[in-house]
Amino acid sequence: MSNLEQEKLVLEGLARNDRQSIEAIYRDNYPMIQAFILNNSGNADEAKDIFQEAMIVLFEKASSGVFELNCQLKTYIYSVCRRLWLKRLQQLQRYSGQSDNMDETVPVEEEIEAHEKRNTDFIIMENAMSKIGEPCKSLLDAYYMQKKNMQDIAKNFGYTNADNAKTQKYKCLMRLKKLFFAQVKNGQ
Amino acid sequence: MDDILLLQAVERYMKGEMSAQEKAFFEELRKSNPEIDQAAVEHTFLLNQLDKHAETKAYKHSLYEVAAKLTAEGVMSESPLKGKAKVVSFWKKYKRNIAVAACIAGLMSITTAGLIIAYTQKVNQSNKEDLIGKIQNTNRELDKLNNKLQSGPATNPVLPQNPDYRATGFLIDGKGYLVTNAHVVNRLKSVYVENARGEYFKAVSVFADNNSDLAILKITDTAFKTVLNLPYSIRKNNLDLAEQIFTLGFPRNEIVYGEGYLSAKSGNDGDSTAYQLTVSVNPGNSGGPVLNKNGEVIGIITSKEKNADGVVYAAKSMNIFKLLDAIKKMDDTQTIKLPNNSGLKGLDRPQQVKKMEDFVFMVVGN
Repeated sequence: MSNLEQEKLVLEGLARNDRQSIEAIYRDNYPMIQAFILNNSGNADEAKDIFQEAMIVLFEKASSGVFELNCQLKTYIYSVCRRLWLKRLQQLQRYSGQSDNMDETVPVEEEIEAHEKRNTDFIIMENAMSKIGEPCKSLLDAYYMQKKNMQDIAKNFGYTNADNAKTQKYKCLMRLKKLFFAQVKNGQ
Repeated sequence: MDDILLLQAVERYMKGEMSAQEKAFFEELRKSNPEIDQAAVEHTFLLNQLDKHAETKAYKHSLYEVAAKLTAEGVMSESPLKGKAKVVSFWKKYKRNIAVAACIAGLMSITTAGLIIAYTQKVNQSNKEDLIGKIQNTNRELDKLNNKLQSGPATNPVLPQNPDYRATGFLIDGKGYLVTNAHVVNRLKSVYVENARGEYFKAVSVFADNNSDLAILKITDTAFKTVLNLPYSIRKNNLDLAEQIFTLGFPRNEIVYGEGYLSAKSGNDGDSTAYQLTVSVNPGNSGGPVLNKNGEVIGIITSKEKNADGVVYAAKSMNIFKLLDAIKKMDDTQTIKLPNNSGLKGLDRPQQVKKMEDFVFMVVGN
């Protein structure tokens, strides 16, 4: 199997949230990123953070279905991490101004912008979810996050039948909708 | 249409759970009713967001677990790198700043230290200027020539070498004991005293006290004739503020009279063993007696403030008694008897000066 095909398989795995693929990418790339961040005014915790964010960017790309890797996965991850880290340094006003242009990188601006948008959405949803209160939160979490079926949910939550649980779920969803759009408007 | 029903419909529509008939009806409803269409779009968006959210959350959960596992395995070596990395990064980040800061700090401390040293030296020099005078030898040669011309063949012992410094001293005991400044004695290797008549005598330092800046000289020259009565006395008590004082000294090769008043009961920096006077003195006045109107020696000129006008310091006469006590302890054979009655009381100033000027000596040497 060629290198390129292997990487394609790994990315497909990533889109499926496959542990082994994630682990493989971590093993192959994390040490390089940690070294980069340590050499550029960062620490190991920050390296982990940045790498995790890059993994999310990769996941977003891979799960979008239109992602075609036109460079080595290593190069792509390095480019994303580098971009993210420089951005972080600027935010922390720790940017030392040293940018080694000798590095082999690919443009990742668009990906990172898209990622930031999604990240904001994620945070808004997280906030909205945290505000709808129980049992709505657990109910929606069970149905939409954990993808449990309505019968099980009704049983777990003590509803007499799945239809009652379903009605309750929709009521909760309406509340979530209000909170979510209120926050989207506030955020904009 | 009820919102909840609509939500349900949108969800079923998205999941493809609707039958063809339902689907067609729903699409028709959206087309004909913009409000429902708008609500449907919002619901779709929310459900999509929820879906994405769920996906991302699950994925993040996987990432945490993988990271935890790899950290446990040591692939993501956390601890050994962490501490070191912080130090390295800090040093790397700030090494230029630190270097610059260190340079500035170094420069600053050197500059400050330099300034302090320079300033304190200045202060020391300027605060107290010892009033020992440097002699310009050409003048002295001339004076000598004049003296010879005036007094005919020389009767007095001639100085072996041209002296470099000049100060003042005065007799406190007719046997040949004089008081002068310690800084005078310290400066001179060989000491000669010369009276107003131009007679020279060899003298040695008996005792010098740097604290009060006083020294006792003894004339060792056999040519010196013991004086039976000194006209002035040495005062034991403090003088009052504003009392009139006068002094005699040798700021030049001739005795010079100066008049002033007591301006403070303590000397430089609150020194209680000295007075502050306002009187005109110059280099050469060092060791000169300061007398009050009754002809009592109340002090000995020591120094003056360089950067203030008319601020002169004089050691209090009481210090002389302390010096004599110290000498007594050191050497029993030296008995110095101080004059206790002033014969100048009630006289007017020119007569006072005339009576005592023979006992005020120029202290010279090199």
